[in-house]
Amino acid sequence: MSFSLARSGAFDQAVILAALKSAFTKLDPRALAGNPVILATEVVAVLATVSAVVAIAGGQPAGFAVQIAAWLWLTVIFANFAEAIAEGRGKAAADALRATRVTTKAKLIIDASRNAIIPTPAHELAPDDIVLVEAGDVIPADGEIVEGVASVNEAAITGESAPVIRESGGDRSAVTGGTTVVSDWIKVRVTSRPGSSFLDRMIAMVEGADRRKTPNELALAVLLAGLTLVFLIAVVTLTGLGAFSGVSLDPMVLGALFVTLIPTTIGGLLSAVGIAGMDRLLKVNVLATSGRAVEAAGDVDTLLLDKTGTITFGNRMAVEVVPAPGMRPEAALRAALMASLADETPEGRSIVDLARSLGVTAEIPHGANAIPFSATTRQSGLDSDGKSWRKGAVDAVIRTLDLSEAQVPAELRQAVDAIARSGGTPLAVSENGALAGVIHLKDVVKPGVKDRFADLRRMGVRTVMITGDNPVTAAAIASEAGVDDFLAEATPEDKLRIIRAEQAKGRLVAMCGDGANDAPALAQADVGVAMQTGAQAAREAGNMVDLDSDPTKVLEIVEVGKQLLITRGALTTFSIANDVAKYFAIIPALFVVSLPALGALNVMGLSSPQSAILSAVIFNALVIVALIPLALRGVRYRAIGAAKLLSRNLTLYGIGGLIAPFVGIKLIDMLVSALGLA
Amino acid sequence: MDWRGWAEIVFTIALTVAVGWPLGIYMARVWTGERTVLDPVLKPVEAGFYAALGVDRNKGHGWLGYAGAVLAFSAAGFALLYAILRLQGQLPLNPQGFDGLSPHLAFNTAVSFVTNTNWQSYGGETTVSSLSQMLGLTVQNFVSGAVGLSVAAAMARAFAADRGETLGNFWVDLTRSTLYVLLPVSIVTALALVAAGVPQSLLANVTAKTLEGADQIIALFPVASQEAIKQWGTNGGGLFNVNSAHPFENPTPLTNLIEVVSLNAIAFATVVAFGRVAGARKEARALIAAMVILLSLGAAAIYAAETLTPQPAMVAAGITDAPANMEGKEVRFGAAASAVWAAQTTGTANGSVNSMHASYMPLGGGVAMFLMQLGEIVPGGAGSGLYGMVVMALLSVFVAGLMVGRTPEYLGKKVEAREIKFAMLAVLILPLSILGFSAISAVLPVALEGLLNKGPRGLTEILYAYSSATGNNGSAYAGLTANAPWWNTTLGIAMLLGRFAYMVPVIALAGAIAAKPKLKPTAGTLPSDSPLFVGLLIGIILILGGLQFFPALALGPIVEHFQVLAAAR
Repeated sequence: MSFSLARSGAFDQAVILAALKSAFTKLDPRALAGNPVILATEVVAVLATVSAVVAIAGGQPAGFAVQIAAWLWLTVIFANFAEAIAEGRGKAAADALRATRVTTKAKLIIDASRNAIIPTPAHELAPDDIVLVEAGDVIPADGEIVEGVASVNEAAITGESAPVIRESGGDRSAVTGGTTVVSDWIKVRVTSRPGSSFLDRMIAMVEGADRRKTPNELALAVLLAGLTLVFLIAVVTLTGLGAFSGVSLDPMVLGALFVTLIPTTIGGLLSAVGIAGMDRLLKVNVLATSGRAVEAAGDVDTLLLDKTGTITFGNRMAVEVVPAPGMRPEAALRAALMASLADETPEGRSIVDLARSLGVTAEIPHGANAIPFSATTRQSGLDSDGKSWRKGAVDAVIRTLDLSEAQVPAELRQAVDAIARSGGTPLAVSENGALAGVIHLKDVVKPGVKDRFADLRRMGVRTVMITGDNPVTAAAIASEAGVDDFLAEATPEDKLRIIRAEQAKGRLVAMCGDGANDAPALAQADVGVAMQTGAQAAREAGNMVDLDSDPTKVLEIVEVGKQLLITRGALTTFSIANDVAKYFAIIPALFVVSLPALGALNVMGLSSPQSAILSAVIFNALVIVALIPLALRGVRYRAIGAAKLLSRNLTLYGIGGLIAPFVGIKLIDMLVSALGLA
Repeated sequence: MDWRGWAEIVFTIALTVAVGWPLGIYMARVWTGERTVLDPVLKPVEAGFYAALGVDRNKGHGWLGYAGAVLAFSAAGFALLYAILRLQGQLPLNPQGFDGLSPHLAFNTAVSFVTNTNWQSYGGETTVSSLSQMLGLTVQNFVSGAVGLSVAAAMARAFAADRGETLGNFWVDLTRSTLYVLLPVSIVTALALVAAGVPQSLLANVTAKTLEGADQIIALFPVASQEAIKQWGTNGGGLFNVNSAHPFENPTPLTNLIEVVSLNAIAFATVVAFGRVAGARKEARALIAAMVILLSLGAAAIYAAETLTPQPAMVAAGITDAPANMEGKEVRFGAAASAVWAAQTTGTANGSVNSMHASYMPLGGGVAMFLMQLGEIVPGGAGSGLYGMVVMALLSVFVAGLMVGRTPEYLGKKVEAREIKFAMLAVLILPLSILGFSAISAVLPVALEGLLNKGPRGLTEILYAYSSATGNNGSAYAGLTANAPWWNTTLGIAMLLGRFAYMVPVIALAGAIAAKPKLKPTAGTLPSDSPLFVGLLIGIILILGGLQFFPALALGPIVEHFQVLAAAR
């Protein structure tokens, strides 16, 4: 996969420049309406500016006021910058997509019987219009093929340059606007409205155009707004309490105290974290239709996985050849190899691969005659120089050799039974009319999936394998892959039933699918990942589309969701823990002139009250910038179980958040006083 | 400070938990309507109540219905109590011939008892008649505590429910909490107190001749029974002005132990009962652990402040090896028993005192005040401590729980925007009322008239009053003369806010929680029964409380403390 939607780096110069610009345009209070913490910061910044201007106009010393006002503005700008840079990465990807959206003229069929066509601009097409698309044409809208077969280049959407076959009927009938027909022709029934095609939605998603707060973001926003109110009360009431104590408080300093206390760190980074979560999904070529879906991915309790393609490679593969009594193993293996040399099916290739891996190789002899598989003989093979090799279904081979049950050696019969019991498929091999051995074909579990399922289990995610196989085969694969549960002989309706049953227990379910018959289950699942190569109905029903059409992707999606939530929690904890140190910087500074005894609270030994306040404000602003990379990259997710993960992150971001500002503010204070800024 | 003091503190707190535990097991049965040992006696009485009130005991309330019933009941209780207090001069059972209370004092007192605060702007033995005491105040001593227990029961059911629609029936909870819990424990405690020497009498005052030949009027009351419910109902309003420092209310170290245990045990019992009803016993143990640790820290800090801080008067007199600060403390109890009581009463929303908090060293009084400002959750008032702690647990789980990569859950319930909204609404009331009223009073001439001291001590008096009122505690920091229109009215409003503006969001929260599906814990769920969680909960409580009140505390007890240290140098 060479193409990635999120190929633009976070810190490309162009992205940074655009983000800087947008950091300033976002100063418009209307843009900040959804973010009470940063809006409050901006209000204080305006007030501080006014008081600095008044001081200058009045000829009073204003250096301190100007610096405070400047740093308050920088706090807002840094927060805006964080959001802008996250958005910028999406925008770059969206631009790439937009470039592929062409204003093509569609060939609208107005009379199907005579193939009468009028050229119509693509944006005027309505659902249920039928259009003709021929080789070299760009498909004008999303739709379903009603007639014809064509190869289509879908690189615009998937980045994959090899054309794919699309044909009417079945699960491969969906076509996407913006992709190009390379050969042949198709008639397409339009399914999307103008402006709401798959490509349009993809662009909107990537850009975050219709970004709405997710449930968890909403809850966090409520908490942050509540904390902001708490600190507003604490700071405003300080005027009355201070007056009683004979302390005169500079409103500017109170404003600074307020801004340092409210959770500006998480408030400034919250939306960046959300956008970055979508972005990380894009990086693995998954498009989510909403942030809600990404968040739900982190919460998934049950993962429904199709066996084929997700857990196993999807093709049965040879794993061993059991020799007939009296045959040497190599001889049996060679017979199996010769019987398979001309067999181009994946099973045939796997036998060749097995032989090669055991050091047995051969070429098709000159003049050899390949015997193809047929439904009547149910075997295939090779004839050469009067010799013959065959392989096929055990009963078919035995019948061809004209052997009775009793003439089959007991060892081979036992081997055949054992293979069947283990969920595998036995194939008999004959050489020159004699039984040579039995090939064991089995569904091979992908390497690494067992570990990933174990990881998921540690994080509390249950895996359920869905397969059409019989229960014996299913059980064998299930235990080999280490899934928690399986459903054999499953129909698409079973998937829907399982999802509903799990949801009734309050669990969140994720699944992936590509067939039209998966659509109801995809729609029902909390996280439904449709394959880009799948049916249109499936893509409509799911809330994520995997552009690589790789069913194992769902595991990565879960991790991205978890990472998103972890990052939010870590930054919130860090932000709140920071306040302790800020109090120890600002409270003594506020009161020490009138109440010298409170100098004892200056545990950091900050050089002067003004320097202490300025240092706290500067730290508060800089910490946002310092954490932008973490917000964009996300806190690393580790599958070590909830308890361990909590204690690890709590130490890192809770205790760390307590200590870091003590160090940071002290260092800034040393710098500020060395430079004589306050 | 010596080992006996520490042992006394540890023993008292341990005994309190030990008494609360079995009571909680019993209380869980009361909440769920299971059979109890008292059924043969109380069942008919209970049935009689329902029949008289027309209550269908099987019909549950939704959260709105529950909250409505709580408010209606409390409003009616207020109206009745206000009328009795205003009219006591014309009513019988007034052997001392007291007049009716002034409108603002009657308002303050009625609110105070209905909100389970029992702040007393008046001197007990010189203001209210026996009728007011028995029919007015004592009734509220029982039912206001029972209201708190009822809401705790509703919260427990909310966590037990799986997509539940109701929280239980308030009238049933109220009746059962009173009949099966508060009444029996009060009777047992009253008898124990009588046995230990606390008077119980309906006679009027006794007039005695003192050694100097002067007349002394000795007020007599049914003290033991009042004392019992004063403590168990986390009320704290004493018959006598000096509360449990008075030798009739609290004559001996043994009565002191009985009373201090009975003022905290109900709060621990509520958590145990919650754990049983909600099916979360281990998690309830974690809540108790957090409460015990914070309470012990509070008691230890007060004890340390009282014994280690140099006392200005002693320093001035040149005494360098002064014992603990004994000003305002009863010699028969000593510093340790006073410290542990102070921590238990301020941590509990009780407010009864066996020593005068205003006479504590600045930090000692400051810690007592901070315990109230934490929201009365360590272990908190009857019922209210539990639901306050649940609110803090939800916030803790929400903030830190995200760090395990899932939507946070507590006891199988997802914590989402709705829950956070109600939790924050409840939590916001504390700074709004405490700091808001304090800041206004600090600059309002009419308010300052009631203040004895200027400077940090004066500010502490103001802060303490509103912290006590808002926390529904009721203990006072002497020096403030609160029986004046401004103080009576605003403290009354603070009590109402602290009680009902907190309780209604909490009931709404219970409704939201009940309606959610009950999830089974998985390996990915944040464990809420581990030592780590206890630490997290304590951290969030201290940081949240500290962040709100640190600036105010800095101007009050903290600066006074450093001034004392500086003066001693």
